[in-house]
Formats: sequence, C-alpha cells, structure tokens
Amino acid sequence: MKLSRYRIQRLWVPAGLTLLFCAAYAADALYAHAATPGNVVEVDIAKFAFTPKDITVAPGTKIVWTNHDEAPHTVASTDKSFASKGLDTDDRFEQTFSREGDFAYICSVHPFMTGTVHVHKP
Amino acid sequence: MTPNDPQDPTPRMTRRQALACLAHWSGAAVVWTVAGGVPHALGATRGDTPLTGQANNALTFVQISDTHIGFRKDANPDVVGSLRRAIADVNALPTPPAFIVHTGDVSHLSKPEEFGTARELLQEFRVDRVHTVPGEHDTIDDGATGYLRHFDHDGNGRSWYSFDQGGVHFVGLNNVLAFKAGTLAALGDEQLAWLKNDLADVRHSTPVVVLAHIPLWTIWEPWGWGTADSAQALALLRPFGSVTVLNGHIHQVLQKVEGNVELHTAMSLAYPLPTPGQAGIGEPGPVTVASSELPKLLGTRRINVVRNQHRLALIDKPLAA
Repeated sequence: MKLSRYRIQRLWVPAGLTLLFCAAYAADALYAHAATPGNVVEVDIAKFAFTPKDITVAPGTKIVWTNHDEAPHTVASTDKSFASKGLDTDDRFEQTFSREGDFAYICSVHPFMTGTVHVHKP
Repeated sequence: MTPNDPQDPTPRMTRRQALACLAHWSGAAVVWTVAGGVPHALGATRGDTPLTGQANNALTFVQISDTHIGFRKDANPDVVGSLRRAIADVNALPTPPAFIVHTGDVSHLSKPEEFGTARELLQEFRVDRVHTVPGEHDTIDDGATGYLRHFDHDGNGRSWYSFDQGGVHFVGLNNVLAFKAGTLAALGDEQLAWLKNDLADVRHSTPVVVLAHIPLWTIWEPWGWGTADSAQALALLRPFGSVTVLNGHIHQVLQKVEGNVELHTAMSLAYPLPTPGQAGIGEPGPVTVASSELPKLLGTRRINVVRNQHRLALIDKPLAA
C-alpha cells in the first residue's frame, strides 16, 4: 500500500504541474501579454519586423510600438483606422484597442513588414 | 535648379514654355560641346582609361542617389559632408555634366527641414537642373505632398514626369507609394497608364532613360528590393532600341541586361547596405564600417550618351578610391 500510494503521488504531482503549466502557457498564447482591460502591451520593431507579429489582447488594451532599428518605420493599419508618423530610432507609437476584431497593419515605408492585433474578450 | 523653384513667385511654366526652355537649353549644350572642341575626355575612371565622347553627339549627366539628409547614426554621422564631397567631385569634372539626376531618398524622414537642406545643398552643383524622383524615405508621413513642396518638376503636383534632352527621352517615376500590404511597392495603374501615354509619342529609335528609386527588377523580395508591377512597365519599354533604367534604394551597384533594356542600381551618398540577402545580417539596415572605408562605398555615377550607340557608358566612381 505504502509503495503504491507513493507511486500515485509520484505520477500525480508532475501531471498536475504539467497541467498547470499548460494552462498558463495556453492563456499566455491567447492573451499574449495582457488579459485585462487597461493593460499596456509592448511590440518591438526591430530588424525590419514586428515582434510579436501576431498579438491577442483584451478590449481596452493599449499597445505601444517602439522602433529599435536605425531605419525609420511606421505602424499603419490596412483599414486606415490608425497610422503612426514616421518613427525614428527609439520613437514610440501608442494605440488603444477598444473594440473587438482583427487589425492588420504594415510599415508603410517597408510594406513587406506586417503584423496583426487580435482584440478579443478573454 | 531655378526653373523648377516652387518658391519662385512667377507663374508656373506651361508645357509649351517648358519645352521651349528645354530646347533652348539643349541648344546651349550643343554650343558648349562645339566650343569644347573635338572628342572630349570625360575624366579618368577609377584610375584607368578615360572615356571619350564625340562632340555634338554626346550628352553627359550624373546620377546621385540616397542622400538621406537628416540621417545622423553611426553608419554615417555626416551625410551632408558626403554629399558636399560628391558635389566637389562633380564640379571639378573637366567636362561639366548637362544635369544631375537624384534617384530618391533625398531625405531620411521626409521632414520639411530635411527637404529644405537637401534643396539648398543640391543647388551647389554647378548645373542648371537637378531632376529627382522620390524614395520611400521621402514619402513617409503624407505621401509625396511634402516632397513635392520642394521638388515639383513640372508644376503638375505629380511626382512622375518626362522630358527630352540631347536626343534622349527621360522618364522619372514614383514606385514607392502604390502598394498592397505584405507586397513589394509598385508604380500603380494610374502611373502605368500615364507611362503608356507618354511613350506613345516617342519614336522607338529614341534612347530612353528611366529614373525610379526602387529597382525595376526583383533583386531580393524578402527585403522589398523590387517593384511589384515592373514587368508591366518594362513591357511598355521593350519596343525601344535603347532603354537604360537608373535606380537607387539598395545603396550598391548592381546591373541586369534584358535585351535592349539595361537596369542599373547606384551607390548611395549616405551609408552602405548589405548585399542582397547577405548571410548573417537578416535585414536591409545601415551597415557601419570603419570611417576610412565609408567613402569607398559611397559614390556617384556619370552617364555618357553617344548618339547611334545603344549602350550608354556608365562610370561608377566612389568618393575615395
């Protein structure tokens, strides 16, 4: 009995940890870096790419893009709902996403640079 | 540059006046060539044989590109100094060029003060005209509006145009604004229709020189080094016996020959960029080299058009050998 109980414990503890980890990971993937309204999420512009390229946030989240490149970039939504000015090195652009939806954007200086903001209720 | 000065209070030239002015100018060039005597040397080419052009039959002009006025990073903390060095080189040529063409990225961030400084600097070239086309750095915030305040060549409020000089038909294009997300930049339907119409009046035996910032052939698509609808533009140019396309954007000399169409990219006057898709770099950002190496990677290009010779002679000259 003692031995089997020990075995069960040995099985369940890692399994439970794995489950916890998976749940946390899933939440992290779905609601990237923010799950509650009013939060601020950072997106990096570096090496001619937006990172993360796809991001999912809750309505009310403010996203802040920062250009780390020596080249200028912009953040311009393809539906024209938002657009930054030209961002030089270390310049930032903020946009708060209040309504749900998927917002594709590009750098209008380098239109091969693309990204999408997915706004969904958690 | 005075004929193109948008700050000039005199009324805009009509097309007829502009053509008359150009005709007068071409005449002046002929007088100069004759006065210059028989076959004139164009200066040494990277230390080897000088090129010669036939008097009366030759037209020489200079291409500069990617001056990025306003850039101040490590890759070149003094872009104004680099442009001034190029101006001194060109002004010292024994045979002055007929004009300068600038194939875009005049400014770095499309700021009015950058355009203003660039315009003042370009006036230091001892030539009558500097023809420019916009690069994507010249159209960042408001399309071509800010650029056109300083560089509206024919007063039409349009960033593409054509003119004739020395028996050559020149076309300046804007291939940095019309694009769809995730694709290469393009000329767009409006400009292609204009180009078709513009070329309709030109004899197929006339040499054509096309100016555009981004290469009109696909050099490296992941970095946007190509024009989405360049095939349509080249199809319109193919019937001509001699077509030379001069591009900038990639800050290095590359060329491609497609039948009668030759395409050339030029060095920058600001900073070098990686070679297409260069391993270990990953993106087309400024490359910082030792300050002694930089002038070897920046430079100008002289183009010599000799009548009845289909191929134009191009001489790429770095700021320092």
